[in-house]
Amino acid sequence: MYLELPNKLKSLHNLSRSLSHEMLRPISRQYDLAEHAYPKELDLVAAMLDGMNDGEKDNAVGARHSAQSRSKDAGIRNGANMAAVVGIQGMCWGDVGLLLSLPRQGLGNAAIGAVANEEQMKRFGHKWAAMAITEPGTGSDSANVSTTAKQDGDYYVLNGEKIFVTAGERADVVVVWATLDKSIGRAAIKSFAVEKGTPGMEVTRLEHKLGIKASDTAVITFTDCRVHKDNLLGNPEIDVKQGFGGVMQTFDNTRPLVAAMAVGLAQAALERTRELFVEAQIKPDYTQSIYSQSAAAAELLKMEADWEASRLLTLRAAWMADNGQPNSVEASVAKAKAGRTCNAITLRCVELCGSQGYGEDELLEKWARDSKILDIFEGTQQIQQLIIARRLLNLSSAELK
Amino acid sequence: MQRDALGLAMGTLSGLARSGLTDRLGLRKTIESLTYHGTRTGFQTLGALNRPFRQVSKIKQAIRLSAPSSSVDRFDLTLTEEQQMIQDSVRRLAEKQLRPAAAEANETRELPESLKADFQELGLNIYAVPESLGGVASENTLITQMVVAEALGWGDMGLAVALLSPLSVANTLTRWGTGEQQATYLPPFLDEHAPAAALAICESRPLFDPMQLKTTATPSEVGYRLNGEKTLVPLCDQSELFLVAAELHGKPRLFIVEAGHPGISVRLDGSMGLKAARLGTLRLTDVQLPERALLGDGDFDYAEMIQLSRLAWCALAVGNARAVLDYVIPYCNTRIAFGEPISHRQAVAFMIANLKIELDAMQIMTQRAVALAEQGKPFIREASLAHILCAEKSMEIGTNGVQLLGGHGFTKEHPVERWYRDLRSVAFITGGLHL
Repeated sequence: MYLELPNKLKSLHNLSRSLSHEMLRPISRQYDLAEHAYPKELDLVAAMLDGMNDGEKDNAVGARHSAQSRSKDAGIRNGANMAAVVGIQGMCWGDVGLLLSLPRQGLGNAAIGAVANEEQMKRFGHKWAAMAITEPGTGSDSANVSTTAKQDGDYYVLNGEKIFVTAGERADVVVVWATLDKSIGRAAIKSFAVEKGTPGMEVTRLEHKLGIKASDTAVITFTDCRVHKDNLLGNPEIDVKQGFGGVMQTFDNTRPLVAAMAVGLAQAALERTRELFVEAQIKPDYTQSIYSQSAAAAELLKMEADWEASRLLTLRAAWMADNGQPNSVEASVAKAKAGRTCNAITLRCVELCGSQGYGEDELLEKWARDSKILDIFEGTQQIQQLIIARRLLNLSSAELK
Repeated sequence: MQRDALGLAMGTLSGLARSGLTDRLGLRKTIESLTYHGTRTGFQTLGALNRPFRQVSKIKQAIRLSAPSSSVDRFDLTLTEEQQMIQDSVRRLAEKQLRPAAAEANETRELPESLKADFQELGLNIYAVPESLGGVASENTLITQMVVAEALGWGDMGLAVALLSPLSVANTLTRWGTGEQQATYLPPFLDEHAPAAALAICESRPLFDPMQLKTTATPSEVGYRLNGEKTLVPLCDQSELFLVAAELHGKPRLFIVEAGHPGISVRLDGSMGLKAARLGTLRLTDVQLPERALLGDGDFDYAEMIQLSRLAWCALAVGNARAVLDYVIPYCNTRIAFGEPISHRQAVAFMIANLKIELDAMQIMTQRAVALAEQGKPFIREASLAHILCAEKSMEIGTNGVQLLGGHGFTKEHPVERWYRDLRSVAFITGGLHL
């Protein structure tokens, strides 16, 4: 038992932090103010990441390689899932909105990585993929998808409206969840890779948001949009026994990634607050009881404790994935803890730093706005708690609603 | 049992208390007040020991355990086969013996002899004593100690403290003792009847901080003179050996104090929980100690010692918090209200989910700090953060454990009220235990 990062992951973390420091932080405020403007600087960052990712598969910074690294050899692995978590943490220490806008590193790519076959990997693996799940009437209740996919020869015809599609306008491919037959329920939900420019797919609006403004959030409509059957990701059969598992398994891989975003963002706020505290001559002491210190120092220590716990739980979920252990509960534990901790920390840091925290000269107020989404997307705090509770109590979704 | 002045007084008083005459004469208030103050000052001395501690081997060089040789550079949550085996056997003991004995021990404040013997039989003491002194320890075994504390904490915290207190003293001696101290005090822990012993750090005042002690050690002609009072000392009236924290030249240090020493007296105290641990006060009045009583040489690190004590409490808390989780799940699944199990309500289910989230957080923070310490790397920051988290979350879990059972949780029909009382200790007790 040893819970430190191995050297190769430590250097990956340092690398992603330097990248954040040099390339994301300097443009962070600019694209927070200029919502919907494409951060063109990211093309260069993405090209660098592509180079790194292709160079060494286990050292990916983005989300793309997070899945399918389950090893068959006996040794304990610190593999691609852990690398993704560590890399994302470093990038989100820079800027969460910008990370979400990074070409080819999005959650859509993680979804493709999780369920695509070899042929599909070849076609979409190097493209920028967005994820379209949520609908106006379907938020956390993602099994209740009403976008339809009707088979017509070699094609599926998609009809419906998707909202909250991160990078929906910028991506090359949109992974869409649609149902083959709504009366069958979860088992009939399939995901389709729809390429940009496919007739019938249209971006109709970009949202104005509280935070992560650098990341575009699109509304996309599908009107008789014809998609070739080779673009259906995973098994085309409706397998009632396997049910929802096929598509949901994406989330086991992506929840730790969002947790890692929260860990990185919270770290940024904590570190900055600590720096500002030094000027105010407040320095927390690890050897003294928190009650022998100022309330502000004690608060900083408590936040740091929750932050470390979030970080370790996130690493645990990724480590389990790397070692072929089922991690559904642990992924939700990590997401729930990291999501709420990040939100609480960033908000408290604004409070502790007062006008410095609230003003736009610092990034603290921006981080406190950005953080809210991390306790919402990829499953809200409450959805994570439902997942955990159902599993612990051995209850179905009909019993524990 | 010898009946001292206080015992005689009690006999008389309890006779009076039973007598209707007391009430008729309006004497009850006066007598109760007398009793209260009488008990408060009721310190007893611990007679001469039947076990004189003598240096048995000739070792001069202090032994220090090293980091495990098998360590590699990677994140790994798995236990070794040996650790797993120990975990299994201690878990069995916790389930088959600690848990069933817990309710009674809470009343009698006694560690059942059979439990003590079976624990002894597991041979954990040999992991605390270095090879050259008859044990098996050559490398650090902090993770093993953590695993043991966690498993026992699941069974019962009070009994766990009673079982682990002597082991903790052995761990402390192995980590910090001089060659002479180790050769004198460690071998008896391998005996069939190992000595009861306790690490005495806390003092009785609000906001006590173990870095700032009022118990003092003053240099004297023969060595040191100790004065002060230590509280929350486990097995206080049974221990043969104490490790006492006292300030020497403005710095906190530990002193080895044999129980029979002149100037030592102890008092068994009542407390909210941890009854089976026999917590009490250790009073030191001009206790003259030889120079060799000062624990350790140059490598003694009081701050690290405090953190290793806190980590032991964290491990215990993780185990007990898991007991809460394991208990509320079947209860909430079978307790029917409004026509269905209460677990079907999110208000209940989410409390259980949160219990799991924070339990996992407590555990992984503890594991991380202990693993660093086992590797011989700096761990003060990590231990401190683990303790801050466990301090808050363990009580949250304790109180929610009772809440989930409602009024039933408030009664002694269920163990959650005991766990609530026991878990209150985690945030502020230092000493007693040491990994």
